[in-house]
Amino acid sequence: MNPATRSPLMWVVHLSVLLIVALWTLPTAGLLISSLRDKDQLAVSGWWTSLSTSSQNIVVRAPGPETQVERDGKFVISGNLLEGQQGRISAFGFNSREPAAFKAGETAELNDGEKLTVQADGNFEIVSDKKMEGSRGQRVFVTASSPPRFTFDNYGEVLSAEGIGRSFINSLTVAIPATIIPIMIAAFAAYALAWMPFPGRAILIAVVVGLLVVPLQMSLIPLLKLYNGVGAFFGVPAKTYVGIWLAHTGFGLPLAIYLLRNYMAGLPREIMESARVDGASDFDIFVKIILPLSFPALASFAIFQFLWTWNDLLVAIVFLGAGPDELVLTGRLVNLLGSRGGNWEILTASAFITIIVPLIVFFSLQRYLVRGLLAGSVKGG
Amino acid sequence: MLFQLVKAAGFMLGGVIGCAAYFWGTSFILDLIFPSKGKSGAVASRNLRITNAIRPWLFLGPALLALTIYLIYPVFMSLWYSVHDRAGQNFVGLSNYVWMVNDGEFRQSIYNNFLWLLVVPALATFFGLIIAALTDRIWWGNIAKTLIFMPMAISFVGAAVIWKFIYDFRPEGSEQIGLLNAIVVAFGGDPQAWITLPFWNNFFLMAILVWIQTGFAMVILSAALRGIPEETIEAAVIDGANGWQIFFKIMVPQIWGTIAVVWTTITILVLKVFDIVLAMTNGQWQSQVLANLMFDWMFRGGGDFGRGAAIAVVIMILVIPIMVWNIRNAAKEMKGH
Repeated sequence: MNPATRSPLMWVVHLSVLLIVALWTLPTAGLLISSLRDKDQLAVSGWWTSLSTSSQNIVVRAPGPETQVERDGKFVISGNLLEGQQGRISAFGFNSREPAAFKAGETAELNDGEKLTVQADGNFEIVSDKKMEGSRGQRVFVTASSPPRFTFDNYGEVLSAEGIGRSFINSLTVAIPATIIPIMIAAFAAYALAWMPFPGRAILIAVVVGLLVVPLQMSLIPLLKLYNGVGAFFGVPAKTYVGIWLAHTGFGLPLAIYLLRNYMAGLPREIMESARVDGASDFDIFVKIILPLSFPALASFAIFQFLWTWNDLLVAIVFLGAGPDELVLTGRLVNLLGSRGGNWEILTASAFITIIVPLIVFFSLQRYLVRGLLAGSVKGG
Repeated sequence: MLFQLVKAAGFMLGGVIGCAAYFWGTSFILDLIFPSKGKSGAVASRNLRITNAIRPWLFLGPALLALTIYLIYPVFMSLWYSVHDRAGQNFVGLSNYVWMVNDGEFRQSIYNNFLWLLVVPALATFFGLIIAALTDRIWWGNIAKTLIFMPMAISFVGAAVIWKFIYDFRPEGSEQIGLLNAIVVAFGGDPQAWITLPFWNNFFLMAILVWIQTGFAMVILSAALRGIPEETIEAAVIDGANGWQIFFKIMVPQIWGTIAVVWTTITILVLKVFDIVLAMTNGQWQSQVLANLMFDWMFRGGGDFGRGAAIAVVIMILVIPIMVWNIRNAAKEMKGH
């Protein structure tokens, strides 16, 4: 291909990749931006407008006649319609048919002889010659434009009031032991399957490959029964952290054994044979030679398992209680979707807290993740 | 709170030390009972043979125990529960299965799962392949790949929130804060409550899984594309093939095996899809799927373990062909070594 025919085609490639990347990142970006916006702005305008000054029509009720004061023989109600919020009022009105009849700074004559003046900064005055009566304040329609506001308030709120902070600790409590423990168990098993000859080895490997795809759903009911039985027998709660650590260990083992066995089987035979000639036992060979050499595979699996246990919802809601000291982040988020379905400031901030840890792991350790995926999928079944 | 973390760290440490102690201790005891060092030739070789026969099982022991308790035993027990009543006590024959076939919600789930199976693996693999091919040609391809791969790290529930925000619906006339409705309105359409539209809502939920899984497909297919021998492509160029022909007639056929692996892996995932449906619709508006229905029956009205297990068995049966295919591939692979 010569450069002349190549360049327009390359432009198409660049543009289409750019489009795809935008499509794949915008959803997450929208979540992040929204979580940082002021909740009143978030509720009325899309996140893509968050950098522009937003204009909104709001209805405010002025304080009632009981707040009027007499000044120079006139009765006055005054205050600020924006109540300390930042923003500018461009227009106002007192009638829902003409909500923007007057410009800021003008004086409107209300139906009963009262005069309403609204300034751009929100200060207003209702002036009347006679004492104002009635129990409710005057309705005022204003067109207010507010500058973009970004804040960490949403995060502060979900971390304390919505229990996300506590759930964060719970998720860590679940994920870390559930990542470390299967690695130990799987590494020894993988070594046995890779380098120790014994009858039935091929069948065992086939069983592990088969178990890779057994749906979790098959395990739920029998294990729930088993856990309840064990709990009742020993007089301990059925849903405990120990229970979920062991459950994650069991469910993670097929992939762990499979990945590690594939990797270990690819290590050069000569190293082990020379060590054996020097009188090293299988245990020594494993601990001193195989384990250090298998570090990339161990790291790959650790990342998979951590992401899977942190992101898991099903195992957590079946095998762990729903109390505040046990509910994990994903479970909490599902609950919030039900109870605070319309409060996007809470949902976006909560969701971002639940995905930030996996994202950090992903961006810092992506190399190992990719290597693990390739070892698991391209090589074997 | 602090106590909880200390407890978790303690368990972790205890688990690791326990594992180490088990493996080291059993090896030590084995060598103590059947010593091979410092013995005469015949005894040493006999002992060595015995230890070599026993040691693999010591290494495998904990793993086999965990696999048996958490995966093998439950498979058989689920079969057993599926022919028993809701509490798992009285044998009821096939009545759970009969109920299932006549249940409208189950048939809806099967239909929806079928749609998912048709759409998600195909789209994710297709996008993955195209993106892999495109990004391999540009200098910033790796950055693009990282960004497209990123949703893989996000939980299904997190992804559900992200996309629910995109599908958010406000009544006509008020400003839309959901991206999809904002685009529709900008082009003069009417806003829709997307996830409540029967039939179509399935596709809006599928989009989430495609978004997550495309990165997986892309990473694996990209590696496969790079593994294609240069000569085959050069030969095609010399023969005057154009870009499309090279891609579809030379490159794609050489990576069919990998495409099949990606396809089946995503298929398995689709059969188990649960979190997305639970978080987005919980099966309302005719968007139910098998895994969510199974979970529902596990706890509905105190829980019906018979029906729940029967649905789980259906999922298992759907997985079996892929399982067999995987095992045969792995066996072929092992013979090659």
